[in-house]
Amino acid sequence: MSLTGAADASHASASTTTRKLSTSKAMVEAVAAEMERDRDVFVMGEDVGAYGGIFSSTTGLLDRFGPQRVVDTPISESAFIGAAIGAAVEGMRPIAELMFVDFFGVCMDQIYNHMAKIHYESGGNVRVPMVLTTAVGGGYSDGAQHSQCLWGTFAHLPGMKVVAPSNPADAKGLMTSAIRDDNPVVYMFHKGIMGLPWMAKNPRSVGPVPEEDHEVPIGKAAIARPGTDVTIATLSLSVHHALDVADELAGDDIDCEVVDLRSLVPLDTDTILESVGRTGRLLVVDEDYRSFGVSGEIIARVAEHDPGMLSAPPVRVAVPDVPIPYARGLEDAVLPTSERIRTAVFGVMGR
Amino acid sequence: MDTATRLDLYRTMMLIRTYEEAILREYHADKKPVFDIGAGAIPGEMHLSAGQEPVAAGVCAHLTSSDAVTATHRPHHFAIAHGVDMHRMTAEIFGRVDGLGKGRGGHMHLFDPDVHFSCSGIIAEGYPPALGQAMAFQRRGTDAVAVAVTGEGAANQGAFHESLNLAALWKLPVVFVIEDNEWGISVPRSASTCVTSNADRAAGYGIPGTRVEDNSVEAVHHAASEAVARARAGDGPSLLEVHTLRLWGHFEGDPQAYRHDLDGVPGRDPLPTYEQKLRDEGLLDEAAVKSVAADASERVEDAITFARRSPLPDPKEARDLVFA
Repeated sequence: MSLTGAADASHASASTTTRKLSTSKAMVEAVAAEMERDRDVFVMGEDVGAYGGIFSSTTGLLDRFGPQRVVDTPISESAFIGAAIGAAVEGMRPIAELMFVDFFGVCMDQIYNHMAKIHYESGGNVRVPMVLTTAVGGGYSDGAQHSQCLWGTFAHLPGMKVVAPSNPADAKGLMTSAIRDDNPVVYMFHKGIMGLPWMAKNPRSVGPVPEEDHEVPIGKAAIARPGTDVTIATLSLSVHHALDVADELAGDDIDCEVVDLRSLVPLDTDTILESVGRTGRLLVVDEDYRSFGVSGEIIARVAEHDPGMLSAPPVRVAVPDVPIPYARGLEDAVLPTSERIRTAVFGVMGR
Repeated sequence: MDTATRLDLYRTMMLIRTYEEAILREYHADKKPVFDIGAGAIPGEMHLSAGQEPVAAGVCAHLTSSDAVTATHRPHHFAIAHGVDMHRMTAEIFGRVDGLGKGRGGHMHLFDPDVHFSCSGIIAEGYPPALGQAMAFQRRGTDAVAVAVTGEGAANQGAFHESLNLAALWKLPVVFVIEDNEWGISVPRSASTCVTSNADRAAGYGIPGTRVEDNSVEAVHHAASEAVARARAGDGPSLLEVHTLRLWGHFEGDPQAYRHDLDGVPGRDPLPTYEQKLRDEGLLDEAAVKSVAADASERVEDAITFARRSPLPDPKEARDLVFA
């Protein structure tokens, strides 16, 4: 992810200094900086305190800020996410963590009927400046209830911004922007990008991160790798796989452009259209379910704009409409793996 | 209880009833001869609170505009008792640009941040946000409290129980209020609830629970006094259930064919009951009653006039205000 990281660093300032951090450390760094800057920022969720977040999303915050601002909650997602909403309505800036996005079923009413709608229903008189962080994604045999991405579901429902970083610099920058945003932001981090010592090593989960204040604008995609032959539009961990495939296929004279969406709401349609306008081919890679989701939405936006932009039918690599299976071979068969992406690129190139 | 307080309670109840009768009139005025729920100056579902005035009047008498209230799909009585701007609330019910939500919310979604008032159309789901408002008050070192209101049917929802546990655990300044009007739309509480008093459930969370049996505004006032004082003092939440009365249907247009108790309902109406009590004690006479009614009517009709004069929102602006 050096390209995106470098691009972001150059946005921040000419004198930006970076050092290599894991995605989880970059994310925590942003939270800590905002907690230092603003007394109204606090964190609550299950195991965010002494444990530091099951996926290291809050490591060290308890020691630094104490139990009043880093609050372990009971396993009562409706109650504590709702409490975050109420605190935000009163002008605080809570960060509430839903441990796995798969758990949204027990608390979705607070999320989509309250967090996301209060601003609109109040005619803009009540703001809900909060961040809902949640871990997403599979690839480590956690089965059908702990491996989903589900960002398409959140992005489908109006009133909440949805971001999903793919690399450490963006993890910091999007978190800073999310906390400072006056709207509810759902911040979806893939377990596979966090750089966790207890999962398979992912070299792209460590990268350069600006030391100082760093914002990545919500709603702005990044060209993670420029190319001329095919646009691979994707997000989160799938960006890593797309970059791996792009590097590999350069040797086969296929020049892939990888667009890292970074935000789903708002979606940076302009960057997608601009890229497809140059390449004429579109592959969407999405670790969420295939039907009625992100991949269909992106293809629709291109088709609505100008179907003539495409010199070949668009292709999508997503999770087929089945629950995520447990056994390694079965799970790999449904995830958007490098192998499936490579096959799809050859397909869209007519090879 | 001093006379001024008792007369204030009566005035609040009269104001609420006058308001609900006026909304009833306006709501049905242009839905004749055939009732069409989506037609008229006030379209959509309409849940009126007649009969439940004692709960709102008795509880909100202890609150200031710094305290929060989260109400239900049946919110008007609490909104009025808590001092929500009646003009803008009415304009919202009429779906006008001067409404609290500029016509985006409707009668189940009234938000008045000036008095920390909100409501939710989802059963029991107004409880969790009240916890967060209480957290904010606590963290900022104020003595403000949050009052979270539901009906008795909500006491069987998960969010209700999660909220009681969390508020008790963190000693949040919350007063949980249950309006037991005996009916979850058409299902009587005997068919929905395993305990005779939801106040008993407070023991499961180690907090005080009180049930007021007779829909008496003074009994509610007394019970709420203790619960609010406890929250303000930093001693944590309480649960207060009031056995109240749904004088009219679940919503307007509800034929209430299921309602086997309807014959006895008029005799249980809390407003004439309280009025008679105050007359019997020499605190009210015919002239005073007329004066209170006239004042209420003037305020309510003013609000309705304001609402009717407010412009309808421009359909071109329907997509605005999703984000700040």
